[in-house]
This record gives sequence, structure tokens and C-alpha cells, in this order.
Amino acid sequence: MHQRTRRMVWLVGTVGLLLGLPALGRAEEAEPAMNAADTAWMLVSTALVLFMTPGLALFYGGMVRKKNVLGTMMHSFFIMALVPVLWMVVGYSLAFGPDLGGLGFIGGFDHVLLRGITPDALSGTIPTLIFVAFQGMFAVITPALIAGAYAERIKFISYAIFTGLWLLLVYAPICHWVWGTGGWLFEKGALDFAGGTVVHMSAGFSALAFAIVLGKRRGYGTTNMSPHNLALTLTGVGVLWFGWFGFNAGSALAASATAGLAFLTTFLAPAAAGLSWSIAEWLRTGKPTALGTSSGIVAGLVAITPAAGFVGPGSAVVIGLLAGTICYGAVLLKNPLGYDDSLDAFGVHGVGGMLGALLTGVFASWGGWGKPVESLLFHTDMSAAVGQFSVQVISVIATAVYSLVVTFVILMVVKVLFGLRVTDQVELEGLDLTQHGEANYHF
Amino acid sequence: MKKIEAIIKPFKLDEVKDALNKVGVMGITVSEVKGFGRQKGHTELYRGAEYVVDFLPKIKLEIVASDDMVDQIVQTIEAAGKTGKIGDGKIFVVPIEEAVRIRTGQRGGEAL
Repeated sequence: MHQRTRRMVWLVGTVGLLLGLPALGRAEEAEPAMNAADTAWMLVSTALVLFMTPGLALFYGGMVRKKNVLGTMMHSFFIMALVPVLWMVVGYSLAFGPDLGGLGFIGGFDHVLLRGITPDALSGTIPTLIFVAFQGMFAVITPALIAGAYAERIKFISYAIFTGLWLLLVYAPICHWVWGTGGWLFEKGALDFAGGTVVHMSAGFSALAFAIVLGKRRGYGTTNMSPHNLALTLTGVGVLWFGWFGFNAGSALAASATAGLAFLTTFLAPAAAGLSWSIAEWLRTGKPTALGTSSGIVAGLVAITPAAGFVGPGSAVVIGLLAGTICYGAVLLKNPLGYDDSLDAFGVHGVGGMLGALLTGVFASWGGWGKPVESLLFHTDMSAAVGQFSVQVISVIATAVYSLVVTFVILMVVKVLFGLRVTDQVELEGLDLTQHGEANYHF
Repeated sequence: MKKIEAIIKPFKLDEVKDALNKVGVMGITVSEVKGFGRQKGHTELYRGAEYVVDFLPKIKLEIVASDDMVDQIVQTIEAAGKTGKIGDGKIFVVPIEEAVRIRTGQRGGEAL
């Protein structure tokens, strides 16, 4: 049985007992049957998460110069074509297959081509194939986040090869550690509701490695590289927020109280973060900006992702307020530290994900995964709370280090085989015409 | 025949166009341009990246008229386009060698 199945049985059993409800048509010892409400919600959630990737495309696309808008959006759209296939062929198996060798590192090859999974197979109360699709949408958006670091200067073939390798060598293992049967971080009790480490930290730290290896855009610091269409960016943030309700609340894998909590925290944290980034900017520069407010909202969404089903509404607001300010600071640090993370994939996703993962150990109060949680502010046993927080720290360090190192190695390999950067002339002309033979704007 | 080229502030376009219509100007070509003279640019800030933008958006008007209309047109534009602040723009007059109306083939003054 899937670890998630076990969790779901535990949750249903515990909640039923605690509420003193009569048996909900299920005996506690029997396998749960397919629940139509859970399944319906998960079908919708899955579609919502897919919608986030075109939202990301708009978000990033509006921020680059007009000669690169299609190239930048292609970084999301080509991934939407590539990753689902890779996920079905081997990605799902590596991430969620039974643990290979009991090492807790990777899932192995039992479910290559999804073999062994029939349409009526269940994961908890939902069909496994829906779980496969739902997780597949996460696998799509995670590598797309990294595009923020290599925008406007990556060679398309290098991006494509990198993405395929990254998915299998970085995403699948980390996913397995935190969410997979026998994954070593899951066994340690690391709490990551919807992907603060698995999605945002892995992408964010990989983006940092990528930005450093790739180098700055030509003319960085002297040329005007301002966003060419912030209206696209704002639209993208709206789409992202909408889809994120599926990302977070859908990670409850059921139409449940926990899903309701995750939905609410996903409503509150980004709002608070939009507010704090906006106000911080207002105080620092004299004007609140559209880009800043919308970036704050994204920072809040990122930070609440690991915490969504574990923390209360008040905590969600605090997490949001912190995320908005801290990620704003992180983004400003780019200049003195001297790397060109063009669209702040590290500043928002890396830092925001890390912050959220750690704050989960501070604010968790609801057993979103079926087991009671202990956190630094909400605990019955302080030593257990400290233990939980240290596990969060371990998960953060492991994710950061592994992402940085393996991404660096993949980049070196790709660089030798294909190169990484376009030539100066190509970079000047823009990716749209040179990589894709297309222009979005004609004069 | 002369061409009057005028660079004016964008929000002044309607006022200048109406004033020109009143003195009998029948045709104008307008383009969106950017430029600077003595008017300073501005600073834009995007997530900590600061850009000094020197060029300012302006409107360029082009009018081809017979010699006897030129002075009146120039004065009309000057009056309607003025705010008194730096960046109001400039007006230039250049000679025109030939004019043709494409539909009818008329040449010279008749083409205007």
C-alpha cells in the first residue's frame, strides 16, 4: 500500500473516532473505498495545477524584453509537452514507486510506463491514476520555475536536455525523500504539505546554481532590461494564485477539513505577503509598485506551500507578512552579490520555500497528514517540537545542497555536450527570432 | 511648398489638431517618437533594478503647406502646444520639392 494510502486510512479512522461519528459506511480495518467527493475534488485540483504553468509563462514573459517573450514562454510550454511524457515513462516510478533497496533515496522502476497500475487502483480514496496526474502537474511546474534564472540567454537544446535530466536526477529523488513510500525525509517526519522543499527549494537553489554558471546577461547593469509588459505579469500572478488553490488544497488528497484549511491559508498568506512587500517597497523607495505587490503575493504563495495544511489562519498571515519582507530583501541582495537571477527564481522560490519549510516547524498546529504535529509555538511536548524543527532544518539543508550540487554537475555535462549560452550576437537579436523563428510584435 | 515638423508633448495633440483645423489645415501626419532636449528623463525601479530612462515620449506632427500658410501654421502650433515648462518641443520648417496626390495624379500646389 502507498504511504499516502496508509495516511488516509489513519486520518479517516482518527477523525471518525474523535468526532464520535458512527462508522461512515466504512469499517476501520477495511481498505477505504473510492470516495466520489474526494475524487471529484482531485480531478479539479489537478486541472488547477496545470493552469499554473501557463500562468507562470505569463508571469515570466511579461518581465523580459519584448524580443524574448516567446522564448521565455516556450520555456514553460515546451516543458508542458516534455515532462508529462517523461513522468509517465519513468518519472512517476522514480518518485513514487516502492523504495529501491530500502535506502530511502529513490523509487525504482516498478511503475515504469505506469505498469501495475490499473484504472481502478486506489491511492487512499482516489484512483491512483488521478494521483499520478496530480503529481505530474507538480513535476511540470517545478522545472519551469528555474527558467527565471536562465531567461534571455539559454540555448534551447541545452534547456531541453537540462530539464529532462533535472527532472529525473533532482526532482524525482527529492520528491521521493519527502513524499514517497520509505523516503528518508518522510520517515524522519519532515513536514512539507505541498512542496516547499520538493518544488520551490529544489527549483530555487537549482536556479541559483544555473545563474552563477551561466553568467550575467550581456549589458547587465548598463542596458535597460526593464519588463516589457507588466500587464502580462500581473495576469500571470492572478492565474497562479487561482491555480495554487489546487496545488495546496489539492495536496490534502481529499475533500476534507484539511483541504479547507489549506485553501484558507492559501488565501491569507499571499494577501499578507503582497501587503508587506508593497509596504516595504513603499517605505524604501517612496512608491509601491505593481511588480512588487504581485511578487509579494507569489512569495506568500511559495512560503505557505509547505505549511498550508498544517498551520492556522493567524499563522498563515504571519508567514505571509514575513515572506513578503524577507523575499523583497533577498531580491535586493542580487545586486551586491553579483549574480543575474534574471526573474528572481532563487530570491522568491528558493528563499520563500526555505522560509516556509522552517516556519512550518514554528507554526504547525493541525495534523494535516493524519498524525498530530508539534511545533515551536504549538506543542504539547517541547522536546518533540524541537525535534520536529530540527527535521525541518535537515530537510532544508539536504534539499539545498543536493539541488545545488547535482544541478551544477548536470550543467557541466550539458555545457560540454551542447554548450549552454547563446552567442553574443544571438543574445542581442533575441531568442524569439533566433531560437524559434517567431516574433510576437511586428512594427 | 514647405513642410512644418513639430515635436510636441503627447497630451497636447488634441489641442494642437483642433487649433490647426480652425485655421484651415486639412491634412496632418502624426507619429509617436521619443527624444530629449533639456527635459530630464526619469527613473524606473523594478524589484531593485533601477533604470534611468533618458528618452521621453513625444508626438511629431508633419504638415505640408503652401508658402503663404506657413507662418500661420507655425504660430498656431506654437500657441496651442505651449505649457511654459521645459519639454514643450520644437518646430522646424523645411522646403518641399514636389507633392503628388496619388488618387488623381495632381502635382504641386494642387496636390496639397
